[in-house]
Amino acid sequence: MANSFKKYSYKLLPWAFPLILLVVWQISSTLGLIPNTILPAPLDVVVSGYTLTLSGELTEHISISLWRALTGFIIGGTIGFILGLLNGLFRLSDLLFDTSIQMVRNIPHLALIPLVILWFGIDETAKIFLVALGVLFPVYINTYHGIKNVDKKLIEMGKAYGLKGFSLFKSVIFPGALSSILVGIRFSLGVMWLTLIVAETISAHTGIGFMAMNAREFMQMEVIVLSILLYALFGKLSDVIARYCERKWLKWNA
Amino acid sequence: MDDEYVKINHLKKSYGELDVLNGINLNIKKGEFVAVVGKSGCGKSTLLRLIAGLEPYDDGQLIIGNKSLKGLNKNARMMFQDGRLLPWKKVIENIGLGLKGDWKKQAYEALVKVGLEDKKDEWPAKLSGGQQQRVALARALVHQPTLMLLDEPLGALDALTRIEMQQLIETIWQEHQITSILVTHDVEEAVNMADRVILIENGKIALNKTIELTRPRKRTSQAFSNYVEEIMNHILGKDQPMKQTNKLRLVKSN
Repeated sequence: MANSFKKYSYKLLPWAFPLILLVVWQISSTLGLIPNTILPAPLDVVVSGYTLTLSGELTEHISISLWRALTGFIIGGTIGFILGLLNGLFRLSDLLFDTSIQMVRNIPHLALIPLVILWFGIDETAKIFLVALGVLFPVYINTYHGIKNVDKKLIEMGKAYGLKGFSLFKSVIFPGALSSILVGIRFSLGVMWLTLIVAETISAHTGIGFMAMNAREFMQMEVIVLSILLYALFGKLSDVIARYCERKWLKWNA
Repeated sequence: MDDEYVKINHLKKSYGELDVLNGINLNIKKGEFVAVVGKSGCGKSTLLRLIAGLEPYDDGQLIIGNKSLKGLNKNARMMFQDGRLLPWKKVIENIGLGLKGDWKKQAYEALVKVGLEDKKDEWPAKLSGGQQQRVALARALVHQPTLMLLDEPLGALDALTRIEMQQLIETIWQEHQITSILVTHDVEEAVNMADRVILIENGKIALNKTIELTRPRKRTSQAFSNYVEEIMNHILGKDQPMKQTNKLRLVKSN
């Protein structure tokens, strides 16, 4: 009994602080300590979320945002992963591309927004391009370093035991680089949301970011706060998924 | 002369300015167990790595089974001091590394030989140092090598485990008659296990001593200690001080 209580309390403890914060916030709003024009009460946010869900508006915004995020993530992540693999594995490709990639990496990708708008207008391509660009570099760097840092002694052992080419990659190099690759993916998930928020806030007709900007024009404080909370929720959710994958694939490391 | 399996003539290897091996001559018979001893950095491990084909030699001849060695020595299997098991593969998968076809059965049989069949589904990190080296031994055996290269595989083990492992390796060697070369810094281990002990000094063979003791050998016997003492004196250069005292006596008598 005591043990299972401990287990549950450990699971719930991380949520205690956000919960207390919510309660204090609600009480302060009800007592009029925080004016509604500065910050709406949590319950008002919940109510607006409920109304928007009923009208189908919220689902539409969320699904379009998720679609942009995932498409950009998959495109950028794949390119970053492949470039990281090539440059990590092959000296020629490393010499050819790494310097250029490092140069491009140092440009804040959000600085490209004006250029991207001129290139692609303000439709989907622009947002997906920005997300993909932001995601590409963390995945690239961590894949590259993961492969470069695989224990040379293990590679030598693999070769001495008859592994070469793809079998060496599959049994030794990839598993050795995997924990670093997953760090890159977790980091890039953060970049993915950040980029999407900025892109949707600046130029969009749909999506969570648009919902927030649109609400600003009508002074719908609770909708703005709702959008911000949604981003926090999705950020946490993607991190949970990434951690789950880490635990599953790096079981040997536990 | 046909039963010489390894023939080494004037073998040379240097790293930059440093001559590590400076003309090694050594023949090893089929099924013979040879131990190579010497101070740290004398080149004994380098010799083993050259025979394994992990590094190219600079000059001389290295003939394995009537063929000059080029590239990796495919009939040899190496045991390293640091186990070098793949941490992301279960014990049985580590042993099956590089095997084709019905690898699980072969790997299990090898695991039985080293007495660890109940650990087949463990992660290597869960095993003790001695158990890890048993797995490494099984991994080497499963390929049915004609040449076993042992690079201080017991150097990191505690004294009791080391004696156990020595017995295990000796038993397996007697059973399969695999030509074996053991590199070690432990002279007692060398005398206990080998048919012949080679001492390398300044990149050359300084002593080539056949151990004429019946197996199983008794560490406590006088003959055993005599061998150990003789080799130790060579390593520590004890012959020189003796000569000096003789000279002193001569001076005095004058």
